[in-house]
Amino acid sequence: MIYLELFFCFFKIGLFSFGGGYAAMSLIQSQVVLGHHWLEMSEFADLITIAEMTPGPIAVNAATFVGQRLAGLPGALICTLGCITPSLIIVLLLSWLYCRYSNLDTVQGVLVGLRPAVIAMIASAGLTLLLLALFGSSDWHTLPLSDFREIECGLFVLCLFLLRRYKVSPILIIFGSGLAGTLVYLAAGLL
Amino acid sequence: MNKETLKQNDLHIYWKLFTSMLTLSTFTFGGGFVIISLMQKRFVDELHWLTEEEVLDLTAIAQSAPGALAVNAAIIFGYRIRKLPGALAAVLGTIIPPITIISILSLFYQQFRDNRIVALALQVMRAGVAAVIFDVVITLIQNLIRTKQPVLLAVMILGFIASFFLQVSSILLILLCALIGLALSRSHTKKGGASV
Repeated sequence: MIYLELFFCFFKIGLFSFGGGYAAMSLIQSQVVLGHHWLEMSEFADLITIAEMTPGPIAVNAATFVGQRLAGLPGALICTLGCITPSLIIVLLLSWLYCRYSNLDTVQGVLVGLRPAVIAMIASAGLTLLLLALFGSSDWHTLPLSDFREIECGLFVLCLFLLRRYKVSPILIIFGSGLAGTLVYLAAGLL
Repeated sequence: MNKETLKQNDLHIYWKLFTSMLTLSTFTFGGGFVIISLMQKRFVDELHWLTEEEVLDLTAIAQSAPGALAVNAAIIFGYRIRKLPGALAAVLGTIIPPITIISILSLFYQQFRDNRIVALALQVMRAGVAAVIFDVVITLIQNLIRTKQPVLLAVMILGFIASFFLQVSSILLILLCALIGLALSRSHTKKGGASV
């Protein structure tokens, strides 16, 4: 029964993927390519490329891709459901606990320590993305400084200004930066 | 307010949660913290459904559970806003865009993957996405400074160094900062001062 197998495979992936998309990716590789032979290694490489090029969490993208290949749209839905079911169970339980106990002094103490940590993690993700945009690499100690991209830098400064000063909608900023940047590159004949 | 309008109001909120996540998820290029930044702007700044502290608390919890951060955050934000139906509405909105996009793309992904315009647009888009995250981070840091608690600012700076330069895993970071928070609140109560 392929549907059950798919569901439980992605249930396992959802349950054991801690720490971001790339951790999930190696888990998906060991399950889908090495364990079940559902994808060839080259198809898996394609999957990573596409997951990076499309919106949404990598695990959900991978689940949809594998499910679609093996069992069409029902397969895609079942894989995705399998992948998010552990989250639903665990996070709903944690949500309930938060709503019930977040006023306790001890819990408040812990949360006060966590808030700066979350800001740090968001800042770290932002800087990683900025370096990727400006230098095509986010590895800070081997940053290719000669590859600096002026167009992206200008775009970043302009976008940040529009967001801070005029509160432009972030969706418009993301979409607009893609469009404007592409046009600038094409106009400059750099493609 | 009678029961009928109350029900209508609830439905309106589920719908708004669903459509908010649907839009945000469609544009979340580049990892879980991008959607967190977008959710912060939407649910705190625009809709005023959550406070900034709640967003940070809920993100820490979402990040410490297994699974994709975007999915976990949708569940816990949705639950905080409108219990179980809110969580389901938010998570549905989050997963529909990737399912739709990948399902369509899996039919002709080679053309998409090798298209240079698409690759270029995605590359330059990162500058805009980075700006959105920086905008949110600036606001968060400003508000952290306003609390006038240098210890928390120090935790943030050390946390940033640990996360960005030393590549400390987020689970470990959360665990360490939870302990720091606990120690801080203990020392404050012992001194007889108000809790942090």
